[in-house]
Amino acid sequence: MDKQAELLDRVRQAAAAGTPLCIRGGGGKTFYGRHCEGEPLEVSGHRGIVSYEPSELVVTARAGTPLAEIETALADNGQLFPFEPPHFGPAATLGGMVAAGLSGPRRPWGGSVRDAVLGVKLLNGKGEVLRFGGQVMKNVAGYDLSRLMAGALGTLGVLLEVSVKVLPRPAEERTRAFELDAGAAAARQIEWGRLPLSLSGTLYDGERLYVRLCGSAQGVAAGLESLGGEEVSDGPWREAREQTLPFFQGEAPLWRISLPAAAPALNLPGASLTEWGGALRWLRTDLPAELVRQRAAALGGHATLFRGHDGRGEVFQPLAPALRVLHMQVKRALDPLGLFNPGRMYAGL
Amino acid sequence: MKPAFLSELRAALPAHALLVEAEALRPYECDGLSAYRQVPLAVCLPDSLEQARAVLRACKTHGVPVVARGAGTGLSGGALPLADGVILSLARFNRILEIDPANRLARVQPGVRNLAISEAAAPHGLYYAPDPSSQIACSIGGNVAENSGGVHCLKYGLTVHNVLAVKMLTLDGELIELGLAALDSPGYDLLALMNGSEGLLGVVVEVTVKLLVKPERAQVVLAAFASVEAAGAAVADIIAAGILPAGLEMMDNLSISAAEDFVHAGYPTDAAAILLCELDGANAEVSEQIMAVREVLLKAGASEVRTAADEAQRLKFWAGRKGAFPAVGRISPDYYCMDGTIPRKHLAFVLRRIAELSEQYGLRVANVFHAGDGNLHPLILFDANQPGELKKAEDFGTDILTLCVEVGGTVTGEHGVGVEKLDATCSQFAPAELAQFHAVKAAFDPDGLLNPGKAVPTLHRCAELGRMHVSGGQLPFPELPRF
Repeated sequence: MDKQAELLDRVRQAAAAGTPLCIRGGGGKTFYGRHCEGEPLEVSGHRGIVSYEPSELVVTARAGTPLAEIETALADNGQLFPFEPPHFGPAATLGGMVAAGLSGPRRPWGGSVRDAVLGVKLLNGKGEVLRFGGQVMKNVAGYDLSRLMAGALGTLGVLLEVSVKVLPRPAEERTRAFELDAGAAAARQIEWGRLPLSLSGTLYDGERLYVRLCGSAQGVAAGLESLGGEEVSDGPWREAREQTLPFFQGEAPLWRISLPAAAPALNLPGASLTEWGGALRWLRTDLPAELVRQRAAALGGHATLFRGHDGRGEVFQPLAPALRVLHMQVKRALDPLGLFNPGRMYAGL
Repeated sequence: MKPAFLSELRAALPAHALLVEAEALRPYECDGLSAYRQVPLAVCLPDSLEQARAVLRACKTHGVPVVARGAGTGLSGGALPLADGVILSLARFNRILEIDPANRLARVQPGVRNLAISEAAAPHGLYYAPDPSSQIACSIGGNVAENSGGVHCLKYGLTVHNVLAVKMLTLDGELIELGLAALDSPGYDLLALMNGSEGLLGVVVEVTVKLLVKPERAQVVLAAFASVEAAGAAVADIIAAGILPAGLEMMDNLSISAAEDFVHAGYPTDAAAILLCELDGANAEVSEQIMAVREVLLKAGASEVRTAADEAQRLKFWAGRKGAFPAVGRISPDYYCMDGTIPRKHLAFVLRRIAELSEQYGLRVANVFHAGDGNLHPLILFDANQPGELKKAEDFGTDILTLCVEVGGTVTGEHGVGVEKLDATCSQFAPAELAQFHAVKAAFDPDGLLNPGKAVPTLHRCAELGRMHVSGGQLPFPELPRF
């Protein structure tokens, strides 16, 4: 279903009237980021896979296409999105996946959403339909505005169509677990990072360190032999990705803390869960935001207040002054009237 | 040159770091695309952030354009000087600041050579993945500017996939950090935007790159085919079999012969095309995949499938491919290297059209192809001493690039637009898209003094040229699906 003409109309009307718009796909990720003040712009009706030829390793679909529909089409052809995007609800769309820019357990080894974006068709704030990038993997004509859309939370334009790189599904995927204390688990992850293992996930819950290998049958078998540990038939990967593990339940604020993989322990009060070989640490804590952010920055990373906030305060780590100015200018270059998702990422942006 | 500007540069830089004499400027008159030459006003060679900042501020104050330059190996004229501008060489920003094996990253200055990073990481069993064929000479700052590729992109990505962070100076001399040593950073992904921005958005003064664990084993399979179509189909079959090769390269008959005469790689010179398929990873995995690939290639009609007997032969197979450009240089006084990317499925069609154009222009073409990712490097053979031949070669090249756009591809896969492909870029983007690029440029560089005139053609230029952009349904090949 092609709703481009209607979306274009809506944006032009909004531009003429100066009405801000809150872009909405499946609606499952409204918790992420700040509150948006404006009229809803529903994109989920603009849907359908535009082209998918497995041997080209690219899928192109309209932004409102359900992620589940695309992933089913990929699975039917033995392929997948290597970044394992979280859905956070049954209605998740391709556009929402790109706008949120969130990746799942395989991210450190399989790349991020942004890495896989090859091209976009978008509506900018002047009501122009523009295409950037394309369907090929190597493309350096013009600035890379398509990857810029990944994680921009819809503040730079309305995504109409996205082309994403896909990969063959690994023939084999196996999980092992180890009972380890936090120090030993951290050391083990650093050690694994230095070995030629085809890792595709790690998760430490404070007691057990899970590790997933993927690849060819013999490659995985050889890797498992060198790893040791206890075989786990069904690893916690899906539950971690969709945040259905018990750790993610309850009301305490949930922080997403992104760090260099080998950064020392956070040493902040609260329960924690570690993924991405140490590079992603989740923390449940009532500590003041300031303290969490300071600690994350001191360790070379940044902290996002992921859940358990009212969307009115800052959610993302504040930007250095010069970088913030640059953000404002980039926003103005694409959305001069400030129509799209005002305040969703930062107040005033 | 304005005396006030010159004295400001003199105050900012030690005497040896400022070149103004004609003789000293000459080596900077071109980059790797030597068909375009221009001597700049001056060349600045700062070795500290303070010096670089002072140069940029002087340029801003006096309205002087500034072209950043790394090793000068670029193939599209991105570092071509401007007559009224200065060259800001980052050659003396050449220190490796940190190798961090636990976090698998390296923090380096932009003038560090690509290969030097892998060499410094080697004692830790690590390496930097993108390997453009100029990697012994090209600098990492230049790689970021061009978003350089190499022969291992299909599996390991381009520069943009392997850079974690950069520090850049704006024209105001403001230092801005994009990205972190973590896997993501807050705000917009301006780091992605910097990769491939050809020095138009900022001057990169530090780069943090991802390092990978060296694979346990790499092995290469060579397959010969009686037609390029069959070789192209075999590439699709390998992908369809669920195999992701580390490298997948194709050469046509003229390239094979030229490379064989030059390197004696043991290539079958009677083949219409060869494929080189490299597999890497854990030992057992590579063994398994070699068997699978051999089977696919034979089924696809390969007349011969050879697995390198040892490491020496593997390197020999690659030496032929990596030496293809100089090899072609031996059989023709000059050659012009193109860099379009196409959806792989259109390979046979595109190669057929290139052959027709070759007839039409009366110029030979050797085709070298990063088959895994659809990146074509047709080398147009010509003789610059024959009046009119350079022009003919350029026109032929423009036709090839337009063809790439027509089938849903791009005018440049990894060499950049620079000055060379400004006209071709008109065929890829609509006026509103070009205007959007210019607005983004202005967001970073409101004065418009960072490498002005490169990478993105002006609307005026495209209109003058009369070349309409060809996407959007009014195309010469309506039967072809495209983005």
